[in-house]
Amino acid sequence: MALLQISEPGMSPEPHQRRLAVGIDLGTTNSLVAAVRSGVAEALPDELGRPLLPSVVRYRDDGGIEVGHVAWECASEDPRNTIVSVKRYMGRGLADATRHPSPYTFVDAPGMVRIRTDRGERSPVEVSAEILRVLRARAEASLGGELVGAVITVPAYFDDAQRQATKDAARLAGLEVLRLLNEPTAAAIAYGLDHGSEGIFAVYDLGGGTFDISVLRLTQGVFEVIATGGDTALGGDDFDRRLGEHFVTEGGLGVLAPDDLRRVLKAARLAKESLSDHPEAQIEARIAGRGLVSVRVTAAQFHAMTRDLLDRTLDTVRRTLRDAGLAASQIEGVVMVGGATRMPQLREAVGTVFGRPPLIDLDPDKVVALGAAVQANLLAGNRGADGDDWLLLDVIPLSLGIETMGGLVEKIIPRNATIPVARAQEFTTYKDGQTAMALHVVQGERELVADCRSLARFELRGIPPMAAGAGRIRVTFQVDADGLLSVTAREQSQGIEASIAVKPSYGLSDDEIARMLQESFGTAEIDMKARALREQQVDADRLLQATQVALEADGDLLDAAARETIAAAMRELRAVSQGEETRAIEARITDLARETETFAALRMDRAVRQALSGRRLDEIG
Amino acid sequence: MDILTKSHFELLGLPERFGIDTAELQQAYRRLQGAVHPDRFAAAGATERRIAMQLATRANEAYRTLLEPGRRAAYLCELHGVLLQAETNTAMSRAFLMQQMAWREALEDARIGRDAEALAGLARLLCDHRDRLLAEIASAIDREHDYTRAADAVRRWMFVDKFGAEVAAAEDGLAA
Repeated sequence: MALLQISEPGMSPEPHQRRLAVGIDLGTTNSLVAAVRSGVAEALPDELGRPLLPSVVRYRDDGGIEVGHVAWECASEDPRNTIVSVKRYMGRGLADATRHPSPYTFVDAPGMVRIRTDRGERSPVEVSAEILRVLRARAEASLGGELVGAVITVPAYFDDAQRQATKDAARLAGLEVLRLLNEPTAAAIAYGLDHGSEGIFAVYDLGGGTFDISVLRLTQGVFEVIATGGDTALGGDDFDRRLGEHFVTEGGLGVLAPDDLRRVLKAARLAKESLSDHPEAQIEARIAGRGLVSVRVTAAQFHAMTRDLLDRTLDTVRRTLRDAGLAASQIEGVVMVGGATRMPQLREAVGTVFGRPPLIDLDPDKVVALGAAVQANLLAGNRGADGDDWLLLDVIPLSLGIETMGGLVEKIIPRNATIPVARAQEFTTYKDGQTAMALHVVQGERELVADCRSLARFELRGIPPMAAGAGRIRVTFQVDADGLLSVTAREQSQGIEASIAVKPSYGLSDDEIARMLQESFGTAEIDMKARALREQQVDADRLLQATQVALEADGDLLDAAARETIAAAMRELRAVSQGEETRAIEARITDLARETETFAALRMDRAVRQALSGRRLDEIG
Repeated sequence: MDILTKSHFELLGLPERFGIDTAELQQAYRRLQGAVHPDRFAAAGATERRIAMQLATRANEAYRTLLEPGRRAAYLCELHGVLLQAETNTAMSRAFLMQQMAWREALEDARIGRDAEALAGLARLLCDHRDRLLAEIASAIDREHDYTRAADAVRRWMFVDKFGAEVAAAEDGLAA
């Protein structure tokens, strides 16, 4: 635990007890889990040796759930109950979800759409959790133990709602999220550490459903993201779709039924892959009432019909370079990530923009998961040798603001601010005797609220009645290291504080999570209780152990009375920690955490002073 | 002693002055983040994670403020009780106001005439002016400790900086 890491940041807390942590690339098309074993990051394959898990979940008639290859094979036969590319719907409303044709029936729900299957309505969060569960089981089987946590990657350009949804999915799958890591940053870690590179790099990441570009500076073990840009509604799938449209037109077909559409898209993807090595390909699919339809497509036709998609990514590249204040010639290397970057016309176009051929020596399907695994290993505290230490400074991709008069946005945190970041802004009351103020939190770059993503609405009540303009409300935005926002508002003119912490409306409530967990276990409540007790016992042990180590290392920071207070809280926790009273353990944990708060701050202060004195902490020892 | 109430300079262990070495600032910032960043405490308890987030947030704020000369100067003035009040206090010398009007006219003329050379000339002029203002700020703060004078120069610097961005945008507009 942390108290220990403060004193010895260069070392693993318990050298013999390696903490198992994995990196997970939860992709639109495929997902992967990777881990560092014997100092090397590797993707963990399934029992048939396949590292990629198709991000496909099928809800079967008999109540069973299939994930991966088996589900993908059924995508055409059972399209309505087989969810493909669910990542596209994470944290999205109905309007976004229905922008492209898909075989699903969507149901509008507060915050995020649901998908109607024959087995009931499913939130994209639940569907993603099924994928994560499979990866977690695979990792625990191949690593031989329980995971302490996972680093899960998200597109850099994911907004707050999409990030929160991803974190909820992990929670639902029983995974402790060590960090949400931006995909391009993960790729840069994999490349940077592999090549020992220094300088400014760009990562061009075209996944199945999202596009990201990030510009990073690597210096002396620090990965600093300078700027990031992208499009969460543009990916390799769109190239398939264009081929699908070509097939429909050339084959003289009308509107397709869901299962036909699924077969066509599958055939289109195969044709796209084939066009990477061949001058032409056939798109072949069985269509109801028509039999086998076959349409020829040449590489030149394919390039022409998708040129605008490619250009959209290049426009974003140029805009992001401008944000970074850099010319393309200043970039020392361009890393290609995502299966879609195998398309040769794309590699060529990117090479032209940057004036150098892109880096393609790491497998574009695996590089994100590998980088995430390396970061997970670091975060779990398994730091080994000297050069094995680095720091990652990432940014927020989209500006955060608040609605003001006339539907305009007042930006509070600008995009590309290094996270974690907090900014505050003061607003005044505009009516005499006003006792409440409505706040609307939005994310995006546009001036008008209507053009931005709405994150949350809340009301600050209990403002003492005053003349217009006399009430001053300070709104603080805090974005944490996962890129997640929390908002507090406080009326301060009269020293009367009313403050509120906002969990944006699209996140799942704790009750919902509990219900879904319950459903997924499908067992009696007693299992839930046993699980909760076990979790508290583990937490209690961890906290006791960490506090003990902290006292040994930095106990000199405390006077005798403070030491005794902490010792007493430890005794009380120890007395209940192996008992059966979940709530009692929880309460004593809270007590001990509170009693050690000042101590933790003092230790942090010492760590800071040591850091600034220029010596490594482990040298001071 | 409370680490959260330290000044940006104290937090980064730097001398409290306007003239700073950017490389040194960068080094100090990275060392500080290396000690407090939430990634160092990802597997820790809630208390440590929260303190780490607060400190890393402070470190980012301190770095951002001290890196950029206008913000650094404004911050130093504030530390010495002189608030800039950039939004409300727009009082500037008559000479500077005349200067502003002349620049605005030059920008408008160049924009209408699509005169790239005139824009480039204006940009150079602003750049020189900005350098002179920085020298004035440095002298007011680091030698004379006259924060009122410094604040006045910072307000002018902010105007020139903002106007410079408008000129750059106009140059981009011509290039497009």
